[in-house]
Amino acid sequence: MNCERCQERPAVVHLTEIVNNKKRVLHLCDQCAREVQAESFGFIPQLNLHNFLAGLFSNQMASPFSPALAEGEKCPSCGLSEAQFAKSGLLGCGECYRHFGDRLDPVFRRIHGNNRHTGKVPERTGGRVKLSKEIDRLKVRLRESISREEFEEAAKIRDQIRDLEKELAGEGI
Amino acid sequence: MSIKETVNTPHSPWMSAGGPESDVVVSSRVRAARNLTGLPFPHLLSDEAARRVFNSVGLAVEDKDFHHRFGHLELAEMGELTPVERQILVEKHLISPDLLENYQKKAVVLRDDEVISIMVNEEDHLRLQCILPGLQLKEAWETVNRVDDSLEQTLEYAYDEKLGYLTACPTNAGTGLRASVMLHLPGLVLINRIRDVLGSVSKLGLAVRGLYGEGTDASGNLFQVSNQVTLGQTEEDIIAALISVTGQIIASERAAREALVRERREQIDDRVGRAYGLLRYARIMPSEEAVRLLSDLRLGAVLGLLEDIPASLVTELIVAIRPAFLVKRAGKELSALARDVIRAGLIRESLEKFGNQKGN
Repeated sequence: MNCERCQERPAVVHLTEIVNNKKRVLHLCDQCAREVQAESFGFIPQLNLHNFLAGLFSNQMASPFSPALAEGEKCPSCGLSEAQFAKSGLLGCGECYRHFGDRLDPVFRRIHGNNRHTGKVPERTGGRVKLSKEIDRLKVRLRESISREEFEEAAKIRDQIRDLEKELAGEGI
Repeated sequence: MSIKETVNTPHSPWMSAGGPESDVVVSSRVRAARNLTGLPFPHLLSDEAARRVFNSVGLAVEDKDFHHRFGHLELAEMGELTPVERQILVEKHLISPDLLENYQKKAVVLRDDEVISIMVNEEDHLRLQCILPGLQLKEAWETVNRVDDSLEQTLEYAYDEKLGYLTACPTNAGTGLRASVMLHLPGLVLINRIRDVLGSVSKLGLAVRGLYGEGTDASGNLFQVSNQVTLGQTEEDIIAALISVTGQIIASERAAREALVRERREQIDDRVGRAYGLLRYARIMPSEEAVRLLSDLRLGAVLGLLEDIPASLVTELIVAIRPAFLVKRAGKELSALARDVIRAGLIRESLEKFGNQKGN
């Protein structure tokens, strides 16, 4: 029997994986087995999962409620299209999660049985830290735009800072 | 010690320690996926943006406070390493094969002892990893958690209140956590119970993989069990669930080994003895056979049937006999036969250092 992966060398390794109670047996040559083994270490093999994800997503795309365009919608931030996601199973950026939110929700439920994170919260997202960091950054930009004599831009930034400072003060503590 | 040295030695410092339950659990590993906010995920990164990620991560690990807490971590761009060196990092499980594709955009951060590492621009901007010997999942998570806290002083992560840490693949979103144990289960394989045990594990929402085969034709008897769900459970819950299931597998494996020693002592002695004989004296050793025999040898070592051969040596050999290491050792490309000859030599030498087999 030849290796299922490269179809060249004889199969000497018989790799069995059981994921979610589904068994799959692969007959591989020594070299491919090593590659597959290395892939299998750590995160779940991406190819399979991506295909699986793509399936979930494209089923939805084909549903009568959302007649799919060739490309589908695009993320305004990184430009990733629905079609690209359905193909690779990978989102393009953090904004994609917001943009494709409704569509992803069933995907999360299917994969994780859940759609709400209950684990670690980064300190920074604790609100105040993030706000004051943003204010600091804007202040730097404000100084820069003043020195470049871009006063219209500077005024905008000044207003942003004022809003954020109000927000920060409003949070109390 | 540097990354260049890391790729020259098959021995990972963490291996020699053994660790709790190391008769069954070879290693514990925890990985957390993190992305930087404001940048596309790695598969859409331009060369220039990829470099910005290198620089940000480099800056974060050079931070005084970070350095003080975790010691020196070195960042190496994949492009700075030779193909063989990159392959060795894969064989040591320090990086995934994904890091070899488009390697100019990828980097690895490594501490000398190889306990802490970070893959940069793999599927996500950062994948923090901690690997420890034996069953130490909690310790590994605590380390990853602290490293993560420290990095966060410098880096701003893509995070959503509802969905948690945002990852390129939605299967990792939420905690971004993947915890796994590598288990050596020759006893369950020998008494033909492996299928039942692993089957029930996979029903509990955990993924099981045979690394070198399974059942009667198993060769390495090495299995990896890991969590699948990353969203909706806390990190501590994920770790606790995996520890509990691992505990049950350990108990079954030990029971299997005891039964074997009690009821089939001659066969086990014979099996271990044959493995020792072949490994100690063979001149040509294909890798599949080597892994199979080393598994038997490891069983003999943990059962105390072999004197003077520590299980950690066997674990180390399983890494040392991989092709890229052999090529590195030889300093040139090798034919399959030449590799098998060098592999046999390497194993012979290692076993020679450790006395002779008990019994007879």
